[in-house]
Amino acid sequence: MESLAALKRHPRAAWVGLLLVGIALAALPFALASIGTAWVRITNLALLFVLLSLGLNIVVGFAGLLDLGYIAFYAVGAYTYALLASPHFGLHLPFWVILPLGAAIACLFGVLLGAPTLKLRGDYLAIVTLGFGEIVRIFMNNLSQPVNITNGPQGITLIDPFRIGEMSFARTDAVLGLAFTGPIKYYYFLVLVVLVIIVINLRLQDSRIGRAWEAIREDEIAARAMGINTRNLKLLAFAMGASFGGVSGGIFAATQGFISPESFVLVESIMVLSMVVLGGMGNIWGVILGAILLSFVPEVLRYTVEPAQRALFGRMLIEPEVIRMLLFGLALVLMMLFRPAGILPSAVRKREFERKVARR
Amino acid sequence: MSAGRALLSATGINKRFGGVQALADVTFTIDHGEIYGLIGPNGAGKTSLFNVLTGIYTQDSGEFAFDGVTLAGLKPHEVAARGIARTFQNIRLFANLSALENVMIGRHVRTHAGVWGAISRNPRTRNEEKRIEKRAYELLEYVGIAPRADYLARHLAYGDQRRLEIARALATDPKLLALDEPAAGMNATETASLKRLLDDIRKDGTTILLIEHDMKLVMSVCDRVLVLDYGKKIAEGPAADVQKDPGVIAAYLGGEITLQAAAS
Repeated sequence: MESLAALKRHPRAAWVGLLLVGIALAALPFALASIGTAWVRITNLALLFVLLSLGLNIVVGFAGLLDLGYIAFYAVGAYTYALLASPHFGLHLPFWVILPLGAAIACLFGVLLGAPTLKLRGDYLAIVTLGFGEIVRIFMNNLSQPVNITNGPQGITLIDPFRIGEMSFARTDAVLGLAFTGPIKYYYFLVLVVLVIIVINLRLQDSRIGRAWEAIREDEIAARAMGINTRNLKLLAFAMGASFGGVSGGIFAATQGFISPESFVLVESIMVLSMVVLGGMGNIWGVILGAILLSFVPEVLRYTVEPAQRALFGRMLIEPEVIRMLLFGLALVLMMLFRPAGILPSAVRKREFERKVARR
Repeated sequence: MSAGRALLSATGINKRFGGVQALADVTFTIDHGEIYGLIGPNGAGKTSLFNVLTGIYTQDSGEFAFDGVTLAGLKPHEVAARGIARTFQNIRLFANLSALENVMIGRHVRTHAGVWGAISRNPRTRNEEKRIEKRAYELLEYVGIAPRADYLARHLAYGDQRRLEIARALATDPKLLALDEPAAGMNATETASLKRLLDDIRKDGTTILLIEHDMKLVMSVCDRVLVLDYGKKIAEGPAADVQKDPGVIAAYLGGEITLQAAAS
């Protein structure tokens, strides 16, 4: 352990480590593609959930505001992309215009949700945000009349893929004998966005703004008395979290090529929140781990549960989906019992949970 | 220093909670550079006055003028920005953050880095961060708990928590420091060193408004004292005079009690 710590301190070791991680990240999609392109798609979806969790972490982990309707911002981003880059309205704007626009619109929705809920905390805030998430979804579902904006439950199809010049993310290009398929191109794009958002999160956390969020989470009245404008900082947390959600929504629409309100149900919000809580609220690495675990485990189950049951019992007794929810529930219960602050808790959050447990 | 000129003047402050008149027509002024005591029996309205002054509650009528400008309609964070910092009767530190971080948060209102500064880490933001940390550490030295800068606030000894709250309040560069029972729960030694700290703070140019039940401390450190009872001002003046005021003695001991009754 000591030698590892010494290694960590060594600047050259740090660069070598980064280089190795970089090579691993670059090589990963080709390794996955050799098993099956489906796994690249699954990885992309996991990366989208990493983005979502990092966004929600700003609201829940940093500022301590429980948000059960976070998927609404994902929906706003996705619909922004779909409406501006599909035959639905005949618009085909480039992605680098729509993604920032989607982030901005989601940010606006974040403020819309934040403004009326400033005085609410805990359970009450959770209920209002839950309602907000549902309202957005129901709007998407019904905005096909009298003017057809969202095409209702049928959703929007034939959404444009990303295009950079002549290169489309929907086609396979061969470079240096390597087949860059669509999912692989999206993978690289997602990794880039995730890295940028990790840096933003890390820097925000360790800044004047991050400290103010911590103060609000710890004791709002004391924070106000110390001159912190809690209204603006809470709105900022909502707005930043929402805009990350908007970006991931846009990428989601492009990778799928089809979206409908079905993709933005309450369970998705709860899923993202579980990733944040399971991984470790407030700790960026914990949140990333939570997102990756919760997006991969169900897929692994999908591929293992059926063959395993056939081998054991000769036929399938329990659907993978049922086992998934069973394990998921079990995991959450065990977590709450043994590691209430998450798998990789943030130092401060861990202390908060310890105190609450000790007070019982 | 402009001793003698009014820093804070309160005129006809009224505050009612349902059937309870918490503050009734309270009028007083605090001059630059003095230590102004606020005493009274439990429930007299002392903390209510603090909460109204710092914008946590809004008074029903009356007005505060701070440095000649009204505080009407200001939110707590705006009051802090004007230069009034407070501590709380039931210590309200950011318990799971370190002592140093607590004081750094106090610098928030005097610093400027926004989202862009935080994300870009430009030289200005980095310099500001350095200054925040340096100033916070100096304040911990000032109140005498610098060796425990990395302790979590909730792991500090009780007296140190009180001192940390004062350091955090001082970090906002206040003109008026409002302390709500800083000596509560302290032993005689701790109280004596708190008195020295208060004297130092005053000497360094910060006016102090002090709620306190420790009469020895109040009498030794305060220039003037205001006595509240049932929300009403019953006496005001130099500490020694107020101590002898029959109305004040009655409020504290009860008017009906005579020597014989007490003896029996």
